[in-house]
Amino acid sequence: MTSLLQVDNLTIRFTRAEPVRNLSFEIGHSETLAIVGESGSGKSLTALALMQLLPSAAEIAAESRISFGGRELTGLAAREMRHLRGREIAMIFQEPMTSLNPVMTIGRQIAEVLMVHEKLSGRAARRRAIELLELVRIPAPDKRIDDYPHQLSGGMRQRVMIAIAVACKPKLLIADEPTTALDVTIQAQVLDLLDTLRRELRMAVILITHDLGVVAQWADNVVVMYAGRKVEQALPGDLFDDPLHPYTRGLLSASPRLKRDFHYRDGPLTEIPGSIVSAVGEAGCPFRPRCNQARASCGHHVPPLIVPAEDRLVACPFTTSSKAVPHAASLRF
Amino acid sequence: MPLLSVSDLKTHYKSRDGLLRAVDGVDLVVERGETVGLVGESGCGKSTLGKTVLRLVEPTAGRIAFKGEDITTRDQKSLRSVRKSIQMIFQDPYASLNPRQTIGEILEAPLIVHKAGDRARRQQVISGIVAKVGLPADSINRYPHEFSGGQRQRIGIARALLLSPELVVCDEPVSALDLSIQAQILNLLVEMKKEFGLSYLFISHDLSVVRYFADRVLVMYLGRIVESADNATLWSDPRHPYTRALMDAVPDPARPRQAAPLGGDLPSPSDIPTGCRFHTRCPLATDLCRTHEPEFRTVAPGHQVACHLASHIH
Repeated sequence: MTSLLQVDNLTIRFTRAEPVRNLSFEIGHSETLAIVGESGSGKSLTALALMQLLPSAAEIAAESRISFGGRELTGLAAREMRHLRGREIAMIFQEPMTSLNPVMTIGRQIAEVLMVHEKLSGRAARRRAIELLELVRIPAPDKRIDDYPHQLSGGMRQRVMIAIAVACKPKLLIADEPTTALDVTIQAQVLDLLDTLRRELRMAVILITHDLGVVAQWADNVVVMYAGRKVEQALPGDLFDDPLHPYTRGLLSASPRLKRDFHYRDGPLTEIPGSIVSAVGEAGCPFRPRCNQARASCGHHVPPLIVPAEDRLVACPFTTSSKAVPHAASLRF
Repeated sequence: MPLLSVSDLKTHYKSRDGLLRAVDGVDLVVERGETVGLVGESGCGKSTLGKTVLRLVEPTAGRIAFKGEDITTRDQKSLRSVRKSIQMIFQDPYASLNPRQTIGEILEAPLIVHKAGDRARRQQVISGIVAKVGLPADSINRYPHEFSGGQRQRIGIARALLLSPELVVCDEPVSALDLSIQAQILNLLVEMKKEFGLSYLFISHDLSVVRYFADRVLVMYLGRIVESADNATLWSDPRHPYTRALMDAVPDPARPRQAAPLGGDLPSPSDIPTGCRFHTRCPLATDLCRTHEPEFRTVAPGHQVACHLASHIH
């Protein structure tokens, strides 16, 4: 299968930092790729780079390539990118209230997209906006269309954002922490909706999240990022069954959600010591300062990604499958 | 005698949309040494409940007793001695630390207010607590912005523990933190509980955190407790349809994906549905549920549920 989006060697540079380094991944048509990482991992900057919406202080390194549907996006003229953005690649953000215009009805905000990109008339755009609100399961869409964002709940606002994003049937939807600000019952509704739309509109989804549970249930493929680099990539089943990178392992065993019958009276949670800040200025493996298996050689150079098994990548030369190790029980979750 | 006992507590606000019933008749008890988890979604009133217990927000009705003593109507001045014993940890440690004060100054303020010894004694207490919560000793000369989120939460914990409280109300203490840091803070809270013999009222929207951290769990919906049970019982035998929906909604890698367990949104606390307040979203609702509010009744020792159908749900 030819991929829809192919990112090669993406490096994002600020004057004194490179928050994303040598990142490569690809995503096929109608696929869901999850990018997981904590704050500072570079996952949101990556999304902005794909949309060509990086802050002006940032630049994409010359050797970076972002190919979308066969077109190279790096160096694309602003006008052409505007044409793609919103129409073929769309994005939704964590906090819908800050991305919606508070003094404009939601109907006008949806219609605006259609009038700009699809050249619809005002009346046709409004009609289509009602259909879109129906598509994202907003009850009584013909009434709700004249509401202002503050009149809607958080979950409803995120549905409106999704309606705007899918208005032009994009081929790729980038969802940056789309449910982080929502309650669990609402999160489940919104993720359900995104997945239904993905199938109905044959749209690929990049799901950026810090939530491993969400990843396991919704992604076809997972990229784990740490301090600007991809440290592991796998199918979700493999990743949760047998995490290979010490960071991924640490995350899984630190998560109370994945140790369901474990109680504080049974003992402490496994910690990853320190914080991601320690990766700044680190010459070798960015995770070395927090890694419980670090050796002297880890400080020499950044470990390259190796292929430990089919459909898997890991950036650690010392990793062994927990399946092959006799003391594997301690790594289970 | 329980450490904290709250009965029929109500906190209502006047708002543009009418009377907002944030806390609407809550009974709860925290025993000495116990960690009580309070879970619910945003807008259910759990934070208001936490603040009302400390009387940071004034109750509209009901009774709050700390160690048997009624503190509901005590004036602010005589509340001071109680405040020393009940402290609070907030979700966003950055918003609750004065950016212009050093950590040393931030930590000294409560000691001055509560007249805890002279300057030398105060410094001694501060450096003791700073070490206990795992911050470097030179932290006291630094400002909040110099710390990461996890470290700031350690500062928040240090401040809460300075005056040797007996009860700490933790309001979403790890929700703003990255996963790799959450475990550090939860472990610290457990250590502090052992070290100081603390009791916690632990407010969270995250069921998995509560599952790890609480001895007993209260589930709150639209201003009321709808289920209360010890931790193990709640997870093995949840009876309220809302509790079950909350559990099902948590994405769990060990389980195949299923349809969203609940439709709709939380109704507004200024327009609480008649009958059972959950009936508008409940998959099992009957006519009875639409007209009659269920009592909070005991279904097994230590297990209470406010649902007409609780005895049929297993």
